[in-house]
Amino acid sequence: METTAVRRRLTWQAAAVTSIARETASVVTIELEPPDWPGHLAGQHLDVRLTAEDGYTAERSYSIASAPNEQLAITVERLENGEVSPYLTEELRAGDQLELRGPIGGYFVWEPTDDSPLMLIAGGSGVVPLRSMLRHRLRAGSDVPARLLYSSRTLPDVIYRGELDQYGDGVRVICTLTRSQPPGWTGYSGRVNTAMLAETVWPASQHPLAFVCGPTTFVEAVAENLIGLGYPSERIKTERFGGT
Amino acid sequence: MSPVSRGFRGRSRVPAEEEDRVPPGQHVTKDFPVLSAGPTPHTPLPEWTFSITQGGDTLKSWTWRELQALPAETVTVDIHCVTRWSKLGTQWRGVPVDTLLDQVAADAPYVLAFCDGGYTTNLPTEDVTGGRAWVAFGYDGEPLPPEHGGPARLLVPHLYFWKSAKWVRGLELRDHDAPGFWETYGYHMYGDPWKQQRYAGD
Repeated sequence: METTAVRRRLTWQAAAVTSIARETASVVTIELEPPDWPGHLAGQHLDVRLTAEDGYTAERSYSIASAPNEQLAITVERLENGEVSPYLTEELRAGDQLELRGPIGGYFVWEPTDDSPLMLIAGGSGVVPLRSMLRHRLRAGSDVPARLLYSSRTLPDVIYRGELDQYGDGVRVICTLTRSQPPGWTGYSGRVNTAMLAETVWPASQHPLAFVCGPTTFVEAVAENLIGLGYPSERIKTERFGGT
Repeated sequence: MSPVSRGFRGRSRVPAEEEDRVPPGQHVTKDFPVLSAGPTPHTPLPEWTFSITQGGDTLKSWTWRELQALPAETVTVDIHCVTRWSKLGTQWRGVPVDTLLDQVAADAPYVLAFCDGGYTTNLPTEDVTGGRAWVAFGYDGEPLPPEHGGPARLLVPHLYFWKSAKWVRGLELRDHDAPGFWETYGYHMYGDPWKQQRYAGD
């Protein structure tokens, strides 16, 4: 397996928090200004470290939400019984410092040099690294056709809703709501299943590249179905999150 | 010295009685999270083999049935994922890697574990011998589920868990250390959780 990834030492740096925007009741996007950011690829993540007054520290990884070459941002969902995400979503304010290092990861990344139709499939906050890819595609002037199939519980749980509504040329955003649908909802209802995937994903004959991100059970089911639809496993890149 | 995060007190401090079991920067989870780069492979057991190779030659290969016929051990170990969760007291069943390596005449200072799906990871041979590593096919009294690496995964609990390669199909004996899958993408070549060797240079 060949790669051009550069192995460099990742050092911690204190980034300035320049803004915090609420995406949903439990999700915020945090814009950051690190003193020395080496740049990143769409789909990578970074590590955050919090330090208590007695020196206790807690670290977690978060997907990068911004495209390369725009202001660095992460989008964080508050996890019940979480340790770092409740702090980031409720306590952190613009003007604070946040320690981070990165970028990390190099497999779950999309680069505009890839001319395959792009199939993005997200469950919940799994949309974050895929949003970085969509923004990168737009900013890079790529004309690769892209589809995003995005599963949320309810309409108010849809992250980046306004932004996703505005993607026009070459991007089709397909939403499904699993728990409840507002009156007049014209999108899909219920969990992503075989029939929904068969209707919405690029046919395997077009040699698409798929990125699937979400909770473990979601990713397992989607990846399995894509294989059933003829996607070769090496064309399905996955990122799962589970636990706390 | 890290700057203090205003208003952060920390909720997941490790209790004193578990302190010597949880490496720095880790927190204990009761879940068993799943992290993989691609779809879960499903190799039918009649086609499954475990091989030890060197320089492109297969030195020895076991079918599923042959592997099951070897003496297996039940071990209870703590595991530590580089994404910062640790799980204490996990129970596995598997064949010690010593038992497999003892059946080939060759020796080498490093191994590269190879797997269904193309995943690889590199380890010093001394870390997979001496009773410190297993080819595990049972978890918690049941067959190892596919999403956790079944039918069989490497189990090397004293290193970060990405070294415990899922869906393992064999070991390549190597004279020189070469990065595996995650190591190529900037993860540490060795991965000692007690030294927090998460990424290259740590």
